[in-house]
Amino acid sequence: MTTPLRITYREAVKQGIRGALLADPRVFLMGEDVGRYGGCFAVSKGLLDEFGEERVRDTPLSESAFVGAGIGAALGGLRPIVEVMTVNFSLLALDQIVNTAATLCHMSGGQFPVPVVIRMATGAGRQLAAQHSHSLEAWYAHVPGLRVVEPATIDDARGMLRVALASPDPVIVFEPISLYNMEGDLTDAAAHVRLEGARVHRAGSSVTLVTYGASLWRCIAAAEVLAQDGIDAEIVDLRSLRPLDDATVLASVRKTRRVVIVDEGWRTCSLAAEIGQRIVEQGFYDLDAPIARVCTEEVPIPYPKHLEDAALPGCERIVDTVRRLLGHAV
Amino acid sequence: MQSEFRLPALGADMEAGTLVEWHVAPGDRCKRGDVVAVVETDKGAIDVEVFVDGIVRELLVPPGTRVPVGTVLALLDTEAPAPAPEMVQAPPRTRAGEDAGEAIQQRVKISPAARKRAQELHVDVVSLRGTGPEGAITVQDVERAGPSPQPSPASVGEGAAGMRAAIAAAMSRSKREIPHYYLTTTVDVSSAVDWLAAHNAAVPVTERLLLAALLLKAVALACRDHAGFSGFHRNGRYEESPVVHVGVAVALRGGGLVAPAIMDTATKPLAALMDEFRDVVARARAGRLRASELAAPTIILTSLGDSAVETVLPIIQPPQVAIVGAGAVAERPWIVAGRIVPRQALTLSLGADHRVTDGRLGAHFLARIAGLLAEPAKL
Amino acid sequence: MNREQLPRRVLELVTAIAPDVEADSVIPGIAFRDQFDFDSMDTLNFAIALQREFGVDVPETDYARLASLDQCVAYLAERLA
Repeated sequence: MTTPLRITYREAVKQGIRGALLADPRVFLMGEDVGRYGGCFAVSKGLLDEFGEERVRDTPLSESAFVGAGIGAALGGLRPIVEVMTVNFSLLALDQIVNTAATLCHMSGGQFPVPVVIRMATGAGRQLAAQHSHSLEAWYAHVPGLRVVEPATIDDARGMLRVALASPDPVIVFEPISLYNMEGDLTDAAAHVRLEGARVHRAGSSVTLVTYGASLWRCIAAAEVLAQDGIDAEIVDLRSLRPLDDATVLASVRKTRRVVIVDEGWRTCSLAAEIGQRIVEQGFYDLDAPIARVCTEEVPIPYPKHLEDAALPGCERIVDTVRRLLGHAV
Repeated sequence: MQSEFRLPALGADMEAGTLVEWHVAPGDRCKRGDVVAVVETDKGAIDVEVFVDGIVRELLVPPGTRVPVGTVLALLDTEAPAPAPEMVQAPPRTRAGEDAGEAIQQRVKISPAARKRAQELHVDVVSLRGTGPEGAITVQDVERAGPSPQPSPASVGEGAAGMRAAIAAAMSRSKREIPHYYLTTTVDVSSAVDWLAAHNAAVPVTERLLLAALLLKAVALACRDHAGFSGFHRNGRYEESPVVHVGVAVALRGGGLVAPAIMDTATKPLAALMDEFRDVVARARAGRLRASELAAPTIILTSLGDSAVETVLPIIQPPQVAIVGAGAVAERPWIVAGRIVPRQALTLSLGADHRVTDGRLGAHFLARIAGLLAEPAKL
Repeated sequence: MNREQLPRRVLELVTAIAPDVEADSVIPGIAFRDQFDFDSMDTLNFAIALQREFGVDVPETDYARLASLDQCVAYLAERLA
């Protein structure tokens, strides 16, 4: 075992892309500003110099066109990594993703798999305002034919791209904007990550916090506060948003009997709603308290820092919700 | 219409029983109060009565089967709707569409996991206080109230070990839930002792009385005069029983204890009380009590008069709210009109539920018992 | 009544009142109360049984003389003589 390397989430994603480019000549990166500018979040800085214009391609400012081009390349036998700046902009490519990428393999009886990987940044926390800060993961998690993942750790950020490229299905990879600057240890585990399956990030016995993406770290902070009260929270990082790993979630619920779902998406029609319903369907008699959700307030994400913070499912709201669930005074 | 005959819970501590014998067969007609089955429990073999008039349609549980409380043992055809049993608490059931609004209002706030656990442990959730969100009952609340979460062989089996486990569960629950207060008073019972001796010398041996019979009657009459001691504390509130059924604690020779009721104790003459007392002790020790006798007591009398014990500080049997103790009668120096004279002294004690009564009321109640004993001829 | 049969008959009455007591285990010289918690109800039932069995009316004041098997046999022998 090698000594863990301390790097940023941004660097981990970049190493993932670089590793894929090195490992497979069919792999190439395309998107707005990924080449000369180095990526709008500086993820691909330096890759153009290393791999050249053939494999690191700047595209015109047309999401529908370049996502469609990526789908075509995948159909043609390549392994494209398409970067869309943010999930907000990906809506311009929804037709390509939902009507084409997700369907062709099924409509062709399995003859035309679409092994495209579409990366996009998601979420708030960097004061990028309402048009660059939303968490629309649930929109994609709704669609059969897609796989949707959201690495929340350094290891997953490094390792998930490789397995995503190996999937015959189109894979949407969400990268939380607020995590790019986060530092953490890159371990050997990065080489063995799987595309599917949730992971118990922190074992506990009092309550299960089900979460994904940037909210994982809000839950970790909350768990530390709760531990001072003797409340031992278990944290499940979903990792894969489609398909969802019901077994891991329910095993945790059976153990703790209480669940708080922490979701940066809006509450209405959210992933949190879906997860909660699955728990009710499969684990009703294991529940010792109502299922609770901590989601983003139902407003377009505000620009001012204090309002943005207030809108997000922060540590304090998680702690209060857990305490209420356990019958403690808040 | 059809009526279900279920295995009743013979007290808060019973989880299950083994059906030993049927006294009826399909087609037999039975009346309310008839003993239709014998069930082996922690408290010995119990004769279980039926609470409706009807005709046995089908016996669902064969002899030798161990079943949890609430199991439907037999189906009966009845002419009238089955009245709810007065003494035996069957698991509550709600019928769809019937007083739905009222049912929802009275619904216990309990988590699904806690409800499941309560069924497993046969815990009556109605009496629990929830500690979860909005006061909901949680698994922990149920497990606190119920028997040990991991059923040990002792609590599963019948017989002495099973009875010990049942007593442990009931007494632990009592000490957890009931804020007891205790009062004792030592009284001169010479007149009762003398009256008994004279009475017993004058009647045939079969009609002799024990002091316990006088105590039973005195306790029952005191309950009629003083509210707050004969009834049940359930669902967060106290209900006085309209009829006083004093239970008498009977120690079994192999160890263990049962407290069957002498039904409607207050209205019976001493001779009848003594006959029933003798009968119930014999059947308790032979393991042939009736289900209704075990569930009925509204207050218990525990007498350690046959030992050298002076004072007993008794523990309430939930959901009752009081228990009267009596020690041994002994000759003591007593001051009467300034002179020391030998007197027969008895220490009476009261363990009572502070949620229902206070020490002052308890003192009045105890004094009333003493007063009644002072005039034995009137009992 | 044969004097030799008396202890056995008395023992039968005792075990009828206390069915959980093994007749063979009863020690004649030790009080019933000390051996198997014979209480006032048992004593009363015992007195009733003696009345029924032997026609001997034992007054309460004589209960103390029924304490053990030996004492009981001696008392009955005296009353039946």
